[in-house]
Amino acid sequence: MALKKPYQDIPGTTIFDADMARIGYHLNQFCMSLMKAENRERFKADERACLDEWPMTEDQKQAVLQRDYNRMMSLGGNIYFLAKIFSSDGISFQAAASTMTGMTEKEYAQMMINGGRAPEGNRARGEGSDHG
Amino acid sequence: MARITAGVATSHVPAIGAALDNGKSGEPYWAPVFAGYEFSKKWISEQKPDVVILVYNDHATAFSLDMVPTFAIGCAEEFQPADEGWGPRPVPVVKGHPQLASHIAQSVIQDDFDLTIVNKMDVDHGLTVPLSLLFGQPEAWPCLVIPLAVNVVLYPPPSGRRCYELGRALRRAVESFDQELNVQVWGTGGMSHQLQGPRAGLINKAFDNDFLDRIVDSPEELSRVPHIDYVREAGSEGIELVMWLIMRGALNDDVTQRHRFYHVPASNTAVGHLVLENS
Repeated sequence: MALKKPYQDIPGTTIFDADMARIGYHLNQFCMSLMKAENRERFKADERACLDEWPMTEDQKQAVLQRDYNRMMSLGGNIYFLAKIFSSDGISFQAAASTMTGMTEKEYAQMMINGGRAPEGNRARGEGSDHG
Repeated sequence: MARITAGVATSHVPAIGAALDNGKSGEPYWAPVFAGYEFSKKWISEQKPDVVILVYNDHATAFSLDMVPTFAIGCAEEFQPADEGWGPRPVPVVKGHPQLASHIAQSVIQDDFDLTIVNKMDVDHGLTVPLSLLFGQPEAWPCLVIPLAVNVVLYPPPSGRRCYELGRALRRAVESFDQELNVQVWGTGGMSHQLQGPRAGLINKAFDNDFLDRIVDSPEELSRVPHIDYVREAGSEGIELVMWLIMRGALNDDVTQRHRFYHVPASNTAVGHLVLENS
């Protein structure tokens, strides 16, 4: 019998569960390699060559090359691992998060200053919002 | 006999550490955050804990996907601040208390909590940002620290109930340690935040403030809140709040709230902070 995953109806959210971790194992371990300065330099010098050292899918590699964080997460990436990529790029967590929302960095930062994204309409798909 | 005298809860947002390290704590964006800790810095300078058991989570730093322990206790002599991708934070080395940590491990394992024992581990912002918030920027941390790492990255993390019960087991462990020590337990992480996906930036002030109320006055009931409520209401990373329940379980049923602070935002996150003393 399948395990219950009640979190699957939360809009705009990928929960990094053990199934996702299995799909994303090599993608996430590649990200860990960027914690060493020498690997960061190698990655900056030739991103494709570095990615090809890992048994990742082509989709995963393309998502990294395009810095498409939503796509990376749909392919098993976890945000704390993926943070090693945008840290290597010299981009803040807030700037990286904004790219996942379709907002500009400035719009996103202003939303946070205004109190953040409201939970109303964002709890579950079909809650009465067009966000889901 | 060692005794737990107080508990501290605080968010551990990495940008707070970066603001302090880069001399930005006085800027208009950050000043209100640091102002919320002024009371606590004075308070802890008077309390002078010998040891802090610091409950936090590792953010893909010491633990890659090669090993993901649900609960891990640091038994080493010292722990180095980690290089999380932009060089280590310029903060002191964290000194442990191997004797008490090993005692706790033996005690709680026999109490049915199967902790992973870690003898070599770098510690990331999850552990060092709370130390900075309470102690500022000293040459050396003024107390010993036992890291207690909880998995909240790979779902599912331990339940709130399990965390609360672990706190109780920690209390029994500390109270059976045959040495006079003033011990505090800190629970870190939270409050509401989501760092990923189109829903990133979620903040739920009502949930957070209700959590701040209930963890003081009705923790038993709060500990039964299921994971899905945290994720749905407080964001995918808001689940970190279960770690506060370890701190609360380690305190007496009745506590005195000495300080409470809540602020939005710090980067992507709501900041919450409590100082609780055993009544």
